Amino acid sequence: MEQIVFYVFAAVAVGSALLVVLQQRAVYSAFSLIVCFGALAVLYFQLGAALVAALQVIVYAGAIMVLFLFVIMLLDPQAERFGPDRFKKTALAGLPMAAFLAFVLLRVFPAWSPRGSGEPIGSVEGPKRIAHILFQDYLLPFEVTSILILVAILGAVVLVKHRPD
Amino acid sequence: MDLNYAALLPEILLAVAGILLMLAIPVLPSRQQVRLGYAASLALAAALVTALLQWGDHGPAFFGMVSMDALGGAARILFLVSSAAVALISVSYLKRERLRHGEYFPLLLMATVGMSLMAVSADLIMTFLGLEILSISSYVLAGYRRGDPRSNESALKYFLLGAFSTAFMLYGIALLYGAAGSTKYAGIAEAATQGQAETATFLLGLGLLLVGFGFKAALAPLHVWTPDVYQGAPVPITAHLAVGSKAAVLITLLRLLHQVFPASADQWQTLLWIASAATMIIGNVAALTQTDVKRLLAYSSIAHAGYILLGVIANSPRGAQGVLFYLAAYSLMTLGAFAVVQVFARREERFTKLEDFRGIGYRHPLLSVSLTIFLLSLIGIPPTAGFYGKLFLFSAAVEADLVALVILAVLASAVGLYYYLQLIVLMFMKEAASPPEPVPVPLAARIVILLMAAGTLYLGVYPAQVLSIAGEAAGL
Repeated sequence: MEQIVFYVFAAVAVGSALLVVLQQRAVYSAFSLIVCFGALAVLYFQLGAALVAALQVIVYAGAIMVLFLFVIMLLDPQAERFGPDRFKKTALAGLPMAAFLAFVLLRVFPAWSPRGSGEPIGSVEGPKRIAHILFQDYLLPFEVTSILILVAILGAVVLVKHRPD
Repeated sequence: MDLNYAALLPEILLAVAGILLMLAIPVLPSRQQVRLGYAASLALAAALVTALLQWGDHGPAFFGMVSMDALGGAARILFLVSSAAVALISVSYLKRERLRHGEYFPLLLMATVGMSLMAVSADLIMTFLGLEILSISSYVLAGYRRGDPRSNESALKYFLLGAFSTAFMLYGIALLYGAAGSTKYAGIAEAATQGQAETATFLLGLGLLLVGFGFKAALAPLHVWTPDVYQGAPVPITAHLAVGSKAAVLITLLRLLHQVFPASADQWQTLLWIASAATMIIGNVAALTQTDVKRLLAYSSIAHAGYILLGVIANSPRGAQGVLFYLAAYSLMTLGAFAVVQVFARREERFTKLEDFRGIGYRHPLLSVSLTIFLLSLIGIPPTAGFYGKLFLFSAAVEADLVALVILAVLASAVGLYYYLQLIVLMFMKEAASPPEPVPVPLAARIVILLMAAGTLYLGVYPAQVLSIAGEAAGL
């Protein structure tokens, strides 16, 4: 049963990820991405990371995708329709890169020996444990990330507001 | 392991000051926005005092995310001095170019926070966050002259290539985490000694990390963005990129390679040997044909990063000491040179061609004499800081059996002689082509130029004190 669920949703995830790239309209790509995120959430859930699955749905499929769709609407998707022959050009650059990536992955994964703390992801107990990690061990990165986002917002203000004469 | 807030007091101070300045933007009437620059300089000075008082404090803080040691302490003092100088020459620059003061200084302060965090970080996640804060504020600052297409080009090029290199670095960090099971410096170093250093995952991670750092430090062959970005950015920001930003990346690289990856020394030494040789040759040779002083200094800064790599490759405390001393000397002379260029460029940066410096020697003695001191120091002629900088670096490299690379470095410096001297000759031995135009030298810029010139000479006459501080930071 678990295996069947895994393969079904893995297939959905891969298929919808492909659709993200292959669609001609940006809006369709965005919707495919939502499907992909949803399928990934199921996989996370299967791995025992219920919180990550929930966050995936709320943050990615929810908030971030809304943002994506807003931007697509603002940018007038009709004007940016890709022609059917665009893959001919990109394949020229893409195929060697894909081959290289495949080579790298094949080189890396046989040598893979997971070390880490030895705790499987399944032992993550949920929000309490996450909160402990986030606000103790990773308190500083957590706070510093807010500075990073603040800088990005400030940068956006500089670049967009106050048009030069 | 506990919180130990106080360890990061200078950084917290700067971040709070940055946020307060941001809040002050809408409140202050536009005429008084100039004060934001002085407020930022004050905040940097306060952080500098705090950092100096904390000199000698050691130990981890924030649950091992950062670790205070002499290297981090010395590095953040260097960054704070550099940023303070940049802030001081920015005030008159922004006024002259009629740019908004408001967002500029918070961005500069945050960039300093990023540099500082990189230097004291003990975890790759913190290093990455520090670098990103530094990079994102630098992208925006490079494009701060919104009305100037060159500045737009500068920001866009820097952003696109920078984002690309960030992806490389992040991938490298992910692979290292996969191999070592930790992002902590200590954890990675421990995993490396237990045989992980030989695995493909680990080496690939290290390689990608080096690509990311190589880009940010403008090491050949990842330097191609540098001239355009440096030329298009506002002059004070060019100084910030060439000094603070570059020093932060090089010091972090030094710490990582010497403290975390000594087990892979054979591999990274080979890579950096090639990068160092290429950087010195390309930087110096390409500088020969430049006609714009900002581009010339950009190539010169590339070349100097090549020399600094010698000390990193040496993989010894003496090498690290050489790197730190050189960075101190390089910061003083480069900041000084850019301060002179900033003043001399005048409104809209019209006078940055080498030809514009023709015959200014006796007309603007303050500018030309101090620029001469900085250029002589960049060449490495005694009694200036650059001479001892090169001496310590090269001798550390010779001790580490890098004789061939040192010979190359000396030859490359000899090439550098030509383009630096060319500018000095233009200033003092040629007649001016056109009638002179007044060059107003604002007080803050004058102070920066004089201080940097004094510092350059001080290090050239009496290097012992700074050298011993560098030695302490290098763990000698």
